[in-house]
Amino acid sequence: MKTLKTLGAALVATMTVGAGSALAAECETITLGSAISLTGKYATNGVHAKNGYEFAIQKIDENGGIKMGDKCYNFSVIYYDDESKGDRGATLAERLINQDGVQYMLGPYSSGLTKAIAPVTEQYGIPMVEAEGASRSLFNKGYKYLFAVLSTSEQYLASAVTLAAEKAQESGKEASSVKVAIAVENDPFSLDIRAGVKEDAEKYGMKIVLDEKLPRDLSDMSAILTKVKLIRPDVLVVSGHSKGAATAVRQIGEQKVKVPMIAVTHCEAADVVGNFGDFANDILCSTQWAETLTYEDPIFGSAANYEKEFKEAFPEYTNKTVPYQVAQASAAVYVFKDAFERANSLDKDAVRDAIAETELATFYGNIKFSENGNNIAKPMVLRQIQDGKYNVVAPSEFASHKLNWPRN
Amino acid sequence: MSNIGLLIDFPIVNLKIIIDGVMIGALFALAAYGLALVWGVMNVKNLAQGDFVIAGGYIAWYLANMGLPPLLGIPIAFIVMWGIGWLTYKLVIKRVIERDLFTSLLATFGLAIMFAQLMNLMFGSDTQSIQLDYDTLDFADGLINLPMAQLLGMTMALAMAFGVILFMKRSRMGQAIRATAQDARAARVLGIDTDKVYSFTFSLNAAICGAAGAIIVMAWVIQPFYGITYSVRAFVIVTAAGLGNLPGVIAAGLGIGALEQYGSHIFGIGYQQAIAVLLLILVLFIRLLQQRRNRQVLQ
Repeated sequence: MKTLKTLGAALVATMTVGAGSALAAECETITLGSAISLTGKYATNGVHAKNGYEFAIQKIDENGGIKMGDKCYNFSVIYYDDESKGDRGATLAERLINQDGVQYMLGPYSSGLTKAIAPVTEQYGIPMVEAEGASRSLFNKGYKYLFAVLSTSEQYLASAVTLAAEKAQESGKEASSVKVAIAVENDPFSLDIRAGVKEDAEKYGMKIVLDEKLPRDLSDMSAILTKVKLIRPDVLVVSGHSKGAATAVRQIGEQKVKVPMIAVTHCEAADVVGNFGDFANDILCSTQWAETLTYEDPIFGSAANYEKEFKEAFPEYTNKTVPYQVAQASAAVYVFKDAFERANSLDKDAVRDAIAETELATFYGNIKFSENGNNIAKPMVLRQIQDGKYNVVAPSEFASHKLNWPRN
Repeated sequence: MSNIGLLIDFPIVNLKIIIDGVMIGALFALAAYGLALVWGVMNVKNLAQGDFVIAGGYIAWYLANMGLPPLLGIPIAFIVMWGIGWLTYKLVIKRVIERDLFTSLLATFGLAIMFAQLMNLMFGSDTQSIQLDYDTLDFADGLINLPMAQLLGMTMALAMAFGVILFMKRSRMGQAIRATAQDARAARVLGIDTDKVYSFTFSLNAAICGAAGAIIVMAWVIQPFYGITYSVRAFVIVTAAGLGNLPGVIAAGLGIGALEQYGSHIFGIGYQQAIAVLLLILVLFIRLLQQRRNRQVLQ
């Protein structure tokens, strides 16, 4: 009901704007394709991504569609469920291209699925803008048709190292005196994070005092935490998807582990605040995007406005924060709109070249692609859980709150 | 090996490792005990053992989310899993019990996959846990912590193990189960309804696993695909302790918990499961040597 109401309101709004949007009804359709995880282990985030795509398509429609010369277009997407399996994703990509005649693709969810699909789109020369695959191994294969709006995974927690160095210097110590402990899962995404943290730590001459791999079926990390208690590092970095976040936050709290700075990925997915309450306080969480950031664009408005309107369109998100997986999916659709308008053509290679030259300020952050297709214009954001709220504390130009340091 | 150095420099850490190991080991022991029961009585090697554990966890988690007191989840998981175990027996296990080893292995393997996927569909793939508002006890300058939730879980696991042992020794049904395990044919001749014994045993096993899972979700975390972790441990423990040796199963469960913690301290936590499997190989090897020494007549 609520959706209908907002749709109605939007319709009235666009009608009053006048001639430009009166054309909206006669817009033609550009068909995109996407294999996305609607079932299987990535289903939660797959659905987030799909909702993000759909919301962007709706917003672009409301704003008069994609304008090319005197014509206008709207997007529609053919979705297939890849069941969270790479081989299925690749088969579906072939089907989208060969049977459905799709000329432009939106990405799947996760680095693994993107890795499976990218060779197919590459082979057929189909431009794919993806929003959910962050592994940097996607961007060293020389792919020409793959573009990602998100920051690559080695940047996820690297800023925590910089933050620790700043804090050490503030308290009159050398940055090189900082001791870093790393515990990450043995998968491409988390290993990227480890590489990023190690690179930055080496830059400051910091010592890595603990470097452990978490098992895939992690449910107990007390062995690591005991060592952390003995070694007393200044920074502890944990990355193991939602199980890593849940296990770490719970056991750090239970075992009263005291480390001045603890940085974790996937806090939101594991809902560490809802599940573990006070245990989660002062933990740093990395995120691609937050609704409190000061980015904005003409279609979605500010980041805060995006969140507000998205919740109106998808009431099932009313009582939670909109995950960044949704926002970046919308940004990917926006990149396509912008590229089509600049290319002023439906030719897939012209569109590809236009995407490569993207320089776009969006509600999600700035977007500019490197030669390898990854977005180099948007930094990762670190938020700290302060009294149960996620507050942006780094990088400093976007920080809305001061860092609580040292932790407890 | 700086990790071993830590053990020597801080001897108290050894105690902490053993305590951590025993806590989780008690739950391994429960799952293993159920496995030993089914294996010994029915000669079915249940590969879905761990998935029963996780299913019990999800039942408790679901109820806690509905607003029920979390501790109530343990008896309810026991009862619901009893029902699911009974249904599984009637639908699947009953048909494979008299068949050869591979049929039952394949059947229970299929069950394991089905259970994991069903839980994934019903509850989603995210990790879940229940947070109890209990404090943690600290000893030795905070180096040793006993989270009350884990302590409670271990106590309940041990209480249940004790209860089941008593039941097997004292009750009529327990006697019938033991008789069937010794010789099913003879038991049948003496008027024991072995089909009933089988269905009871399998249901009891599922129920024990379910209760173990309900404890696990309070002290650790669960995820639809975590079942295999508990299946592997259960197999290692039963192989080490032997069938029909209940105190042995419990001792082996606690032992494997502690050894795993030691292993993950020294070699890194990434090798935790590898250590369990390595122990299995070691146990099998020792068993082989033992059996060489006392050869028996072929039956």
